[in-house]
Amino acid sequence: MSILVIAEHDNRALKEATRNTIAGAAAIGGDIHVLVAGHGCESVAQAAARITGVSRVLQADAPHLELQLAEDLAAQVVPLAADYTHVLAPATAFGKNFLPRVAALLDVAQISDVVAVNSADTFVRPIYAGNALATVQSIDPIKVISVRTTAFDAAAETGSATIDSVPPTAAFGRTRCLGREIIRSDRPELAGAAIIVSGGRGLASKENYHSVLDPLADALGAALGASRAAVDAGFAPNDAQVGQTGKIVAPQLYIAVGISGAIQHLAGMKDSKVIVAINKDPEAPIFQVADFGVVGDLFELVPELVTAIG
Amino acid sequence: MKILVPVKRVLDYNVKARVKADGSGVDLNNVKMSINPFDEIAVEEAVRQKEAGIATEVVVVSCGIAACQETLRAALALGADRAVLIETTEVLQPLAVAKLLKAVCDKEQPNLVICGKQAIDDDANQTGQMLAALLQWGQATFASKLQIDGQSSVMVTREIDGGLETLSVELPALVTTDLRLNEPRYATLPNIMKAKKKPLETITPEALGVDIAPRLKTLSVAEPATRKAGEIVADIATLVSRLKNQAKVI
Repeated sequence: MSILVIAEHDNRALKEATRNTIAGAAAIGGDIHVLVAGHGCESVAQAAARITGVSRVLQADAPHLELQLAEDLAAQVVPLAADYTHVLAPATAFGKNFLPRVAALLDVAQISDVVAVNSADTFVRPIYAGNALATVQSIDPIKVISVRTTAFDAAAETGSATIDSVPPTAAFGRTRCLGREIIRSDRPELAGAAIIVSGGRGLASKENYHSVLDPLADALGAALGASRAAVDAGFAPNDAQVGQTGKIVAPQLYIAVGISGAIQHLAGMKDSKVIVAINKDPEAPIFQVADFGVVGDLFELVPELVTAIG
Repeated sequence: MKILVPVKRVLDYNVKARVKADGSGVDLNNVKMSINPFDEIAVEEAVRQKEAGIATEVVVVSCGIAACQETLRAALALGADRAVLIETTEVLQPLAVAKLLKAVCDKEQPNLVICGKQAIDDDANQTGQMLAALLQWGQATFASKLQIDGQSSVMVTREIDGGLETLSVELPALVTTDLRLNEPRYATLPNIMKAKKKPLETITPEALGVDIAPRLKTLSVAEPATRKAGEIVADIATLVSRLKNQAKVI
């Protein structure tokens, strides 16, 4: 077995999701190679080479790969894929964007959001917002897999793989990036945070979302999340959305504030180790998955919680 | 300009999926089925382009059993002009659907395809990207804003990790919708009646010459482990004590 993992990175640093994906590759077993496609991405290739279990890093470096557009990245991966039994990427916005193109060009199925590996060809993946778990077997010669990062503990850094450069493929050229607005935050990233404070419709406004939740997130060193209702209402940015079609998270502690707990939201956070719910409605479905619940007015309870944590 | 929108018939958004007792799948007997919510957003966006005088025709396409006609009629009631059903009783996986849609695109020659980013049943998030690859078109997934620039390109704002990205993709192009692209209208009764008279063509995968054999075998479908019921605590002091001393997470 030989596995190619596609690294997620920003040309400077390797994203944590890559280490989770490599852990997924280790669960399949075999020789693990990592492709770092980008521009000026030596430090990323070096970081990938240090990850436990990786035997070889392939670095494709070219100006058109800097932005890692789906068309260019897929074109880079497809010719390399012939040498592998498995091609893996994280099931993040990055992986979801390009990986199906790879599968289609290889004429194989993609197995999305894998949460467990039963064997080299049999995998478990959630369907219906996580209300069911399907065990699927692939009959394709190359298995193209996106890995749910919360299901695999990040691989350690004890390795020293070789780094080889591979020739970049030609640029697609018909898609141009006009700009990226990345919101800089001092808070931890939602995807890898140990503690998440998440707000819903109950906060009633963007001002309240911040005035109530920021002090709690500060006190706990937590990332900020939101329900779809809160994002749709403009309380929180798009990428804060936790749920079936947003981010899937599994922190040590998830504090749901003013979130009723629609099944689509629960799909994104129910694998958290400890769930706390603060809601005025004792019948809210969020209490059915919460380890600890407090019924009451969040505008009184959350400041009280901030004071109590100190 | 012609816009093509694929739509999928799925278990309604508000219905909780129940796993069949024999573990063969999810029970879809006697439950409400609807148009996939992301596809509804795609239809709405296409219809808005037509209303703005940019698109001239909106064609909706569905793949599956005869009942998918209802899904297509729902899309026609939102303002699409005509529908194509690729009818089959076989289980369709994303790669097969992408191949069927490619065959339809080869025939219809749309300038733009707008897909939902994922179907809420299998949660695969694949078909649009696969179709774009098979057509060798550029793509913009997870769109929260779409603007067609003349006849040559489409400008799309995408939701990515950490913020937003704006792409300009040369036409023909493929876009997949995210939740914030628009809020679909409700179909009015007169439009529902009108939709019944709009053209709906039925073709078969065989007629399109597409191999739809599944590549993945579903061995079993199971209920996930449920979380055990928790504890409602009386006050914040108790909560903090539980988190510190019992759960040891703060």
